[in-house]
Amino acid sequence: MQTKLSPQHIREILKEVKDPEIPTISIVDLGIVSDIRVEDDTVFVELTPTFAGCPALKIMENLVKFRLLEEGIEHYEVRTSFDKQWNSDMISEEGLLALKKHGLAPPVRHCGNLDLTVLEHTPCPYCGSENTELRNPFGPTLCRSIHYCNNCKQAFEGFKPVD
Amino acid sequence: MDFFNESHVRAAKELLYKMADDQLIIGHRNSEWTGLGPILEEDIAFSSMAQDKIGQSEHLYALLHELGESDPDTVAFTRNAHQFHCCQLVEYPIGEYDFSLMRHFFFDMAELIRFDMLRNSSYEGLANIAKKYKGEIKYHSMHANTWVQQLGKGNEESNGRLQLQLDTYWNHALGIFEPGPHENILIDAGIFEGEAALQKNWLEAVIPLLEKADLQVPDTSKWSPVYGGRTGIHTAYLQPLLDEMTEVYSIDPSADW
Repeated sequence: MQTKLSPQHIREILKEVKDPEIPTISIVDLGIVSDIRVEDDTVFVELTPTFAGCPALKIMENLVKFRLLEEGIEHYEVRTSFDKQWNSDMISEEGLLALKKHGLAPPVRHCGNLDLTVLEHTPCPYCGSENTELRNPFGPTLCRSIHYCNNCKQAFEGFKPVD
Repeated sequence: MDFFNESHVRAAKELLYKMADDQLIIGHRNSEWTGLGPILEEDIAFSSMAQDKIGQSEHLYALLHELGESDPDTVAFTRNAHQFHCCQLVEYPIGEYDFSLMRHFFFDMAELIRFDMLRNSSYEGLANIAKKYKGEIKYHSMHANTWVQQLGKGNEESNGRLQLQLDTYWNHALGIFEPGPHENILIDAGIFEGEAALQKNWLEAVIPLLEKADLQVPDTSKWSPVYGGRTGIHTAYLQPLLDEMTEVYSIDPSADW
């Protein structure tokens, strides 16, 4: 039986914390929960930023704290660290589907060696066509790029692959 | 930082200050394109890069804080121009798009290479940050190179405008690599391979790209790096930028945001 304070249990709890800018994906599936430790009765959670300038960082730290408090966990430490560096391959399979559900083209898997020319033919999240164009490597948030689908004739956003 | 002796800490601080100040100031300049970009996409691009750079500078200031300096906000918002260690290239006003693009190309190619080199730093905190930033800066250098190629090979006017900026600011670009007082310590301790190595790598990367864009690099006889920024000697443009950047903070420095 899992105790309430096992790292596995905490991970399950944190699956209910969503990215404030992409509410279909949990922070666990986004891959930013880099460490969960339980020492005595204190829970330590470490987050690693997707982008260094992401304005949602502090908000996500607070969302984690609120969620732990809701579970009656009063002793906790939540911090952001670069000890483990996020890259887009850390998004889970479930996370990729969640991004698509939000209308974002999921990032391609790069296995640590990303050639940015893949952005030129990012599959359209609406029709699946690869007959697409990169319009801008920068978008409405730091983690998004802007594309156009020549097949279904509409603009779409992608979640940037990062290595 | 057990493995650092005092001379290592001094050298690491000098390196961190110049990197963080470069990013804060170029970030602020990039943000000045918000609402003014020649096309909407460029408006978004420069604004996004501004957010990246300022975010990146904050984490470098946080490393300085770990080494005993004041907290990031105090360091960023309470110093005067002569206390900044940014290179002069980053402090110039945004000018026209041709200047901002050329500066963006010069600077971000140097950043890409600097952080790539720092991934192997013996200073673990800095190596971790470098591994993280490289993926972000890759987008910045790609953006710069895409436009330099398009406009360099565009028409006579676009090529001529970029060539003029290249000629005018080449020596300022070389000023990025102004050697510091602790280069040998950084190199011997494995913290950083040094500014001379960075400049060499930068030249090997940018010259072929500029030539591919039909742009000519000035003859080496005309190379005369513009130094001074790293030791607090700045153009008249930096202090007004700092005054504007810190205007709200200065109203009530003790305010809790």
